[in-house]
Amino acid sequence: MIDRRNFLKLGAVGGGAVFMSGLFGGVHAAAEQEDFYFVQLSDSHWGYSGPANPDAQNTLRKAVATVNALDVKPDFIVFTGDLTHTTDDPAERRRRMAEFKTIVAGLDVQTIHFLAGEHDASLDKGAAFIENFGPTHYSFDHKGVHFIALDNVSDPGARIGDEQLAWLKADLAKQASDARIVVLTHRPLFDLAPKWDWATRDGEQAVALLMPYSNVTVFYGHIHQEHHQMTGHIAHHAAKSLIFPLPAPGSQATRTPLPYDAATPNKGLGFREVDAEVKEAAYQLTEFPVTKG
Amino acid sequence: MQISKRRFMMGVPLALGAVAGSVLLAGTAMAKAKERVIKIEARKFRYAPNLIELKKGEAVVLEFTAVDFTHGFSVPEMKVRADLLQGQVVRVKLQPDTAGQFAFLCDNFCGSGHEEMAGTIIVKG
Repeated sequence: MIDRRNFLKLGAVGGGAVFMSGLFGGVHAAAEQEDFYFVQLSDSHWGYSGPANPDAQNTLRKAVATVNALDVKPDFIVFTGDLTHTTDDPAERRRRMAEFKTIVAGLDVQTIHFLAGEHDASLDKGAAFIENFGPTHYSFDHKGVHFIALDNVSDPGARIGDEQLAWLKADLAKQASDARIVVLTHRPLFDLAPKWDWATRDGEQAVALLMPYSNVTVFYGHIHQEHHQMTGHIAHHAAKSLIFPLPAPGSQATRTPLPYDAATPNKGLGFREVDAEVKEAAYQLTEFPVTKG
Repeated sequence: MQISKRRFMMGVPLALGAVAGSVLLAGTAMAKAKERVIKIEARKFRYAPNLIELKKGEAVVLEFTAVDFTHGFSVPEMKVRADLLQGQVVRVKLQPDTAGQFAFLCDNFCGSGHEEMAGTIIVKG
């Protein structure tokens, strides 16, 4: 059972009411303004093998089981990148993606929106990802919320790029200034820790395009830990990984994984629910470990 | 590490995403300034050398050769970065005015060891 009182309130209170005010010329009917929640999974790095997670062959499967055991099924699932661990072998990359798809086929909810991470897409400009999961950037609408998936990884230099930024601008132009907008991406769009490559080289341009919109929230991965930061009125929320946790941003010389602890094998790993409410709050989060107990 | 950006170094990549003309221009500038030249090889997944010692106020040119990929060179705390075009010599001019240790990294994802491709610049006072 979800305790909504404990959820982190992220969005503007009453945003739904504003959203229903007719700014869309009736396109979004009142019936579409419903509470819902989705699940964010991130950074499973399928194919990783190493001391940071000796149980790597099982962690993703455990997470699938935990998601399936949720009392209330989410409307959909998003996977914010690094589905697979990088490999320099294109055939092995595709094999890992095929195995990943087989595992997530076990999710009860099969409405899944995939994003690429640099481990999936940076070495072939997204070719293998597109073959297996479709476009690397896209948008969709769900119950009155406009979702935008941004690709900041197919360019090995971590650029969104002028073409995609133009697409983003055109996509946003169709939205009201108070529309409920959720951005999904892999890397942080702001300079969280550039010395660890925790940034998007032209992320500032994307944020500038989003700034005129009053109700924007960003969910991303990449940094393997829960993290929350504001840029102006835009909230950015990083998710835990499903492979190994990383240190706090910039807290040490290198971004080496936190040591594996056999006594607490899933420590620092997990996924989140994002609760989108029309009346009380736009979004609420609940962080979950891979396994209960 | 807190660094006053106003006090911190002048860092000028002489060839950013460069073509041959930029490299030649860099060579001209270097000849006039007579900076110390430090040759650095960039290859998957390391810089050689990856520890660079400079003196505060010393003007140097880092002369990169990337042998197998267009690696990146980024020193975020110095606001310096360059694309190290594969097979070309790319020169980056530095003149630090603050002592300390400054991390640099490859910020072009280059493969399975990318996250370990990094180094340190030590500026002695």
